[in-house]
Amino acid sequence: MAREGNVVNLVENFKTSIVMPTAQSFPAKTVPVMESDAVATSKRPIIRIDGVTKTYRNGTNALEKIDLDINAGEFVSLVGPSGCGKSTLLRLIAGLGTASAGEIDWPTSTYDAKGHPMPDLGFVFQEPTLMPWRTVFDNVYLPLKLGGVKRKDAHDRVTEALEMTGLARFAAAYPRQLSGGMKMRVSIARALVKRPKILLMDEPFAALDEITRTKLNNDLLHLWEQQGWTVVFVTHSIYESVYLSSRIVVMTGRPGRLSDDIEIDAAYPRNEAFRTSSDYGEYCTRVSAALHSASAAGDGEH
Amino acid sequence: MSVIATEPRRLRLLPLHFMRSETAGRWLHAVVPITFVLFLVVVWEIAVRELGVSKVILPAPSVIGEALAQNWPVLLRSLAITFSVMIEAFLLAVLSGIGMSVIFARFRILEMAVFPLAVILQVTPMIAIAPLLLIWVGLDHVDRALLILATVVAFFPILSNTTLGLRSVDHNLRDLFLLNRATSWQRLVELELPSSLPYILGGMKISGGLALIGSVVAEFVAGSGSATGLAWRIVEAANDLDTPRMFAALFLLSGLGVFNFAALTALQHLLLRTWHESAIRTER
Ligand SMILES: Nc1ncnc2c1ncn2[C@@H]1O[C@H](COP(=O)(O)OP(=O)(O)OP(=O)(O)O)[C@@H](O)[C@H]1O
Ligand SMILES: [Mg+2]
Repeated sequence: MAREGNVVNLVENFKTSIVMPTAQSFPAKTVPVMESDAVATSKRPIIRIDGVTKTYRNGTNALEKIDLDINAGEFVSLVGPSGCGKSTLLRLIAGLGTASAGEIDWPTSTYDAKGHPMPDLGFVFQEPTLMPWRTVFDNVYLPLKLGGVKRKDAHDRVTEALEMTGLARFAAAYPRQLSGGMKMRVSIARALVKRPKILLMDEPFAALDEITRTKLNNDLLHLWEQQGWTVVFVTHSIYESVYLSSRIVVMTGRPGRLSDDIEIDAAYPRNEAFRTSSDYGEYCTRVSAALHSASAAGDGEH
Repeated sequence: MSVIATEPRRLRLLPLHFMRSETAGRWLHAVVPITFVLFLVVVWEIAVRELGVSKVILPAPSVIGEALAQNWPVLLRSLAITFSVMIEAFLLAVLSGIGMSVIFARFRILEMAVFPLAVILQVTPMIAIAPLLLIWVGLDHVDRALLILATVVAFFPILSNTTLGLRSVDHNLRDLFLLNRATSWQRLVELELPSSLPYILGGMKISGGLALIGSVVAEFVAGSGSATGLAWRIVEAANDLDTPRMFAALFLLSGLGVFNFAALTALQHLLLRTWHESAIRTER
C-alpha cells in the first residue's frame, strides 16, 4: 500500500539523519554493563524511581512510595484509573516538580554540565499546549529555535516531523484552525523534532480517531525500534498499551501505588497479525483484570 | 411582463440580503453612528434657534463652527501641545509600565517592595500632587510637570495589566520552555510577552484615555504661564464668557480622545487578529 510505503520511507529518512545511541552513551551508574552485550543493554536502568511519594500542597496525596526502574530501550505503558497520578509521575520523571519523598535518579551521563537531568527528552503533555500566536510550523520549530538552530536549517527537520504526523499541509495554519486531534499531533511532532532518546507521552493519542491512532501507533513503534528510544507512555486504552508496550505498569487509584508490572513478551515488529493473535487477547484480558482490581484498591473517589 | 413581475420582489430582498453580508456589516457600523450624530446636530441647531437660547448658555453648532474657524491658528497650536503631551505621556507610561512588570516578574522581592508604592501613587488624586510637583520641577518648566503628571496617571493600568498577563502564562508552556532549556530572555520574548499581549493592549486602551485626562487636568492645575494647551484655552474662554470658543476647544479635545481610542483599537486588531479570541471571527 502506498500509505505503508510512506511510513517506511519516513522512518528510513529519520534513521539516516540520526546518530544511533550507542552503549557508551549510557554508562549505567549502578548496574555494571558489559559493553558488547546487547542483552544486558536492554536491561540497563535509565530512570530509577526510588520510593517516590508526592503530596500536593493542598493535601492531595497523588503518589505513594513508587519504586520503578525503567530500562534503556523499553516501551513502558502506565495505566491506571483517572486521577491516580500518572501525569504527576511523568512530570516528576521529566524533572518538572519535585517529589515529596524518595528520589528519581538518572544515570550520571544523562546530566548536562549544569547538573540538569535528561539532555535528550521529548515530552508530550496531556493537553496540546501550543502557542496560539504561532503557526503550526513555528510551534514545531520551537524546541530547535530555543536550542539556537536557525529557521532555514531547521526547515527539513520540522517538515519531516510534520509529515510524520500528517500535518504537512497545515504548516501555515494557526492552532485555533485545527481540530483537537490535529492539535495533539502538532504537539507530538514538536516532541519528535529534536529526536530525543527518551520520550515521555501523556495520553498522546486519546483524542484521535481509530485510523489515525493506529497509523501513529505503528509509526511510533517503527521509530522506537529503529532508534532504540526509551518510551514511557500513559494511556487509558488497554488495547493500545498491549499493542505497543514491552511492559505495562498498572497503578492503583489515589494515592497512586504500583499494583502490577506486566511484561508483554511478544516479538517486535508487531503488526495487524498481532492484534488478532490469541496472545494479544490473553494479554488484554490480563491487563484488564489487573486494572479492575487496581481501581477497586484506591481509596480516593474517581 | 415577467420582468416587471419579478422586479418588486428583488427590490424587497436586496436590503435584507445586503444587511446580512459581511461588508454591509462593517459599512453599517460606520454609517449608523455618523448619521445619528448628524441628526443630533441638526436637532440641536433647530432647537437653539427656535427656542432663542442665548449663545452664552448653549451656542448653536453653526456658531461653534464659526468660533472654531475664527480661533483656528491659536486652537491648532494648543491642540498640538496637548497632543504631544498626551502621546509622550502615553509612550512613557507604556515603556516604563511594561519594563517594570517584567522586572517585577523576575525579581519578586522588588515587586513586594515597590508595587504598594505604585498603588499609593495611583490612588492618591493626581490634582493633589500637582502643586507639589510644580514646586519641585520649577514653575519655569511647567511642560515637564505636565508630562510627569500625565505619565503618572497613565502608568498604572499598564503596570497592573502587564503584571496580570505575565502571571497568566500557560503553565504547561512554561514547563515546555523549561524542558528545552530556554534562557530567561528567550522565555520573555518567545513566551511571556506574546502571551501577555492581549492584557497589555487592554491596559493601553485604558491608559490612552487616562493620558489625555491627565494632561488636561495637569494643565488646569498648572495654570497660565507657559501652559497653553487646549485645557487652558477652555479656562480662558470661560473667563471671557465666550461659550462658543469653549465648545470649539472642547470638541477638539474629544477629537483627540476619539483618535486615541481608534488608533489603539486598530493596533489591537492588527496585533491579535491572527490568533486571539478577542480579535478573530471564528467560522461556524
Ligand atoms: N497541581 C496540582 N495541585 C494539586 N493537586 C493536583 C495537581 N495536579 C494533580 N493533582 C491531583 O493529583 C492527583 C493525580 O493527578 P494526575 O493528573 O497525575 O492524574 P492522572 O492519573 O494523570 O489522571 P488522568 O488519567 O485523569 O489524566 C489528582 O487527584 C489531582 O487532583
Ligand atoms: Mg493525566
